[in-house]
Amino acid sequence: MYRIDPDRIDLVEAFKSQPFGPHAAEVKRMLNRLRWGSMQDRLVLVCVERHRRWVLGRLSGRRDRPIELDRSAQFTNLAQAEWEIFKRRWQQHTGRSLAGRVTEPAYDSSLGAARR
Amino acid sequence: MKQIVGYCDRWSAQPGDTIRVMVSTYGPKRFQAGLVRVICGDDRPLGPGFKEQPVAVPWQGEYPGRTQTNPTGSYVRVPASDSLTRISSFTVQTWVFATTPHQGRQALIAKWDRARSEGFALSIGADGASEIRVGDGAGAVASLSSGVPLLAERWYRLTASYDAASGRLALEQCPQFKLPGQASRVESRTGPMHALGACSLPLTMAALPDPTGDRWASDYFNGKLDSPRLAAHALDAASLADALSSGQPPSELLVGWWDFALDMRGDGVTDRSGYGNHGETINLPSRACKGWNWDGSQHDWRVAPHQYGAIHFHDDDLSDAGWSPDITFTVPQTWRSAVYAIKLEAGDDVTYLPLFVRPPADTATSPLALLASTATYLAYANSRITLHVDFAEIRRGHVLAYDAEEAFLQEHGEIGLSTYDTHSDGSGVRYSSRLRPILTTGLRTRVWNFNADTHLIAWLEHLGLAFDVITDEDLEREGLALLSRYRTVITGTHPEYWSTKMWSALAAYQQTSGRFMYLGGNGFYWRAAFHPTRAGVLEIRRCGAAAKYWDEEPGEYHLAFTGELGGLWRRCGQPPQTLVGIGTRATGFDRSSYYRFTAAANDARAAFMLEGISTQERLGDFGSIGGGASGLEIDAADFALGTPPHALIIASSEQHSPDMMFAPEEILFQHSMMSGEDNPQVRADVVFYETVGGGAVFAVGSIAWCASLAHDDYRNNVARLMANVLRRFLSPEPFVFRPGAEWREPPHASRAIPASVRLPGAAGGS
Ligand SMILES: [Fe+2]
Repeated sequence: MYRIDPDRIDLVEAFKSQPFGPHAAEVKRMLNRLRWGSMQDRLVLVCVERHRRWVLGRLSGRRDRPIELDRSAQFTNLAQAEWEIFKRRWQQHTGRSLAGRVTEPAYDSSLGAARR
Repeated sequence: MKQIVGYCDRWSAQPGDTIRVMVSTYGPKRFQAGLVRVICGDDRPLGPGFKEQPVAVPWQGEYPGRTQTNPTGSYVRVPASDSLTRISSFTVQTWVFATTPHQGRQALIAKWDRARSEGFALSIGADGASEIRVGDGAGAVASLSSGVPLLAERWYRLTASYDAASGRLALEQCPQFKLPGQASRVESRTGPMHALGACSLPLTMAALPDPTGDRWASDYFNGKLDSPRLAAHALDAASLADALSSGQPPSELLVGWWDFALDMRGDGVTDRSGYGNHGETINLPSRACKGWNWDGSQHDWRVAPHQYGAIHFHDDDLSDAGWSPDITFTVPQTWRSAVYAIKLEAGDDVTYLPLFVRPPADTATSPLALLASTATYLAYANSRITLHVDFAEIRRGHVLAYDAEEAFLQEHGEIGLSTYDTHSDGSGVRYSSRLRPILTTGLRTRVWNFNADTHLIAWLEHLGLAFDVITDEDLEREGLALLSRYRTVITGTHPEYWSTKMWSALAAYQQTSGRFMYLGGNGFYWRAAFHPTRAGVLEIRRCGAAAKYWDEEPGEYHLAFTGELGGLWRRCGQPPQTLVGIGTRATGFDRSSYYRFTAAANDARAAFMLEGISTQERLGDFGSIGGGASGLEIDAADFALGTPPHALIIASSEQHSPDMMFAPEEILFQHSMMSGEDNPQVRADVVFYETVGGGAVFAVGSIAWCASLAHDDYRNNVARLMANVLRRFLSPEPFVFRPGAEWREPPHASRAIPASVRLPGAAGGS
C-alpha cells in the first residue's frame, strides 16, 4: 500500500502550489491517503458567512449531534483552509510537523470558487 | 446557521389551489414572509448572479415565529375496539427480526398505557431480550424476560400468554434457525389481573402510543415483524401455531390475525381474524419485505406474497411532519406559470420554499414547457451523503465544506432522511416524502438539482422566452395529455428518477411529434414509483450495479407501491439511450471539461444548431461548475443500448480528470482504464435525432452543462447552440429524416429495443 514519505516535501510543495488541483498522480495518492478514513473525528469546514467565512469543525461520526466547531480556526479563503487541514493531517499521519520545512502560502480568495 | 425552515403542502400548484405554509424558527420570535419569482438561485461569486423578482401578495409581512417539531418512527396503529378492550387473558405472538436489539426498550405488540402502566406489551427489553409486561392500571404490574438477548437480524418467534384467572404469565422465545442457547421458555405467577385491554388506547406494533392521544409515540422498534396475532385466551405457543397452520383462524380464539402480505402497496394493515381489527401504518415503514418464511425461491413479492409478510420499521421513518400552518393562501388566476418561491426571513437567515405554478387547468400558455424534476428533488430531499459517507471527501476532491443547510441536517434528524441515506439500523431509505422541511431545494443553497436548474430559468429569462412550468408529479398524474399541449418540453440538469407512467408518457410524446430537450446528465436512471394514494411520496429500490450509496436487500428488488422491478431503467431492459439517445457513462465531482465537435457536426441535419458557431472551437471550455460544460455526471450515446441508429453525435467531451470514473453499471470487470484521465470512453455526448411526426430529441449529457450558459454574459457557444436548438424546436416546421447511408445497424442487433420505440423511416413511422 502507498505510504507517505515524510521526506517528500516536493509533494507537499506541489499540493501547496495548487491545493485544488489538477494534481500529479503522486500528489493525488498522498491526498487520498490523508482523506481516507471514517467520519469520526474528520476535520471539515462549516460555513458561518455564506461564501465568505468558514470555521474548522470536527465530526463526531454520530447522527443528530452538532458539528463541534473550533472558532479559533476561521478562514475567509477556502484554499487557506485546505492547506491548514492538510498540514494537520500530514503531521498526524507522518508523525512530523511541516512547521519550518515549508513556507506559508498566500492564496487568492477566488481559488476554488468554481465548486458547487 | 439556519434560523428558519419550512415547507408547503404542495410543490406544484395551479390557479385556484390553496397552499399551506408551515414554518419553524430557531431563536427569532418573528419572521417575514413574501413571494418571489425565481430567476437565478445561484448566489456564488462566480455564478451568473442571484436574481429574484419580488411579487406583491396580500399575505406578505411579519408573522410570529415559533419552533415546530415532530416525531419520527414508523409503527402500526389498530384502533381500540370492543374485541380488544374485552381482553383479560390473552396470547400474543409474532415473528421478529430485530436490527438493533440493544438500543433500549422497543415495543413489538402492545396495548399499553405507559402513563398508567396498564394493559400488555410484548417488547424487546433494555437488555435485548424479549419481554412481556402486564399491568392493571391500579399499581399491579408484572413482567417477564426471556433472559436471552435476541441476536440482530435473526428471526425469532415470540409467544407470550397471560391467564387472568391464575395469574400465570409465560413467554417463549424460539429462534427460527436453531443456535445454542437462543431458545427460552419462562413462566411466572402473579396475582390475577383483569381487563388488560380496557384502556381506550389503540393497539400498536413497533411503538407504544402516546397516552394523551397525541402523536408522540415511544419505544420505537427497528426491524421486521411478521404474522402478529392475538388471542383472547391463554394458549401455548404450539397450539396457536397449529391453529394457524390450518390456514383458517379459529374464530373464537383469535381477535387479531394481521397479515402484512395484504395491502402491501399502501398504508393498510388487514386483520383476518374476522373481528375487523384492521389498522394502518404510520410514517411509511417498508412493505413487501421478506418474511420469516422466505425460502429464496421467489424474488418478486407479487408471485409469493405470503413470503413477503413482513414490515420493516425504522425509528427514523417519516411521511408527514404534520406541522401547523402559519400562512394559507390561494394561487390567484393572475399568476403566470413560473417557478416561484416563498421567501422566509428571520434573524440573519433566509429560506426559500419552491412553488411550481402551472397554467390554469387543462391549458398551456406557451408552446414550451420546463419539466421540473420533482421526483429527483424528492429522492435527494435532505440528503446527508456528505455527512455520513466516509468517501465523500475523496469523491469531492477537497475538504468537505458544509453550508448552513448541512449543519442543520446534521442536528435535525426529525425532518427525515433522503433515499441516498441509510436508516439508523443501516438499512437503506426507500421512501421520501415532501411533507416536511426540505433543505436541499432552496435558492441560495448548494448548486445541485433545483438550484442548478435555475441556471436554465435565468437563461430563458435572458432570451426573453416565455415558458410554462410542469412537474414530474403532474406528469405522473396526467401523462401524455399534459405533454401533448406543448411543442417542446425541456428538462433541468438532473432528471434522474422516473416512474413507469412518466417514462411511458414521454415515450408516447416522442412518438407523436413531441420535441424534447434533455439538458442535463444522469437522467432517466432509476425507476421510481409514487405512492398509490399519498401525494408526494416516492419509492426506490437501489438494486443491481449502479451508482448508489447503499445496496438493496436481496430478494426485495420489487417496489412495494407498484410491484414492478426496481433499480436502473437500464436493468429493467429500457436503457435511457432508447428514450433520449444517451445514458449515464461516468461521474466525477472535482472538475469539469469541454466538448469537441465531431465530424457529424458538419452533417446538414445539424446545420441549424451550429449557426454562428465554428466546429473548430472547443464547446463549453468554461463554466461556473468545475470550469467546463461537461462535468459531475455525464452521459454518452451507446448504439448497443438503444441510441437510435440515425442519431448524430455532434460533440463529445474529452480530457476528464482521474476522478471522472465509469459508473458501476458500465463496468463488467475491473481494469486500470477506469477514469477520464486514461479512457476516451469516459465522455459526454451531445446528441440530436429526429423522431416520427416531425419531432426531435436533443440531449447534452452533462449536469454541469447549464452552468456554462451564463459565461461571458451569455455570449458563448453553449448558449448559442442551445438558443439555436430551442428556437428551431419551437418553430412549427417539422423535422424530417430520410433514411440514407447513415442508417446503421446497432452493433448488437439482437438486443431487444422496447416495442414502444418507433423511429422515423421504419415501418409505421412518418
Ligand atoms: Fe444523480
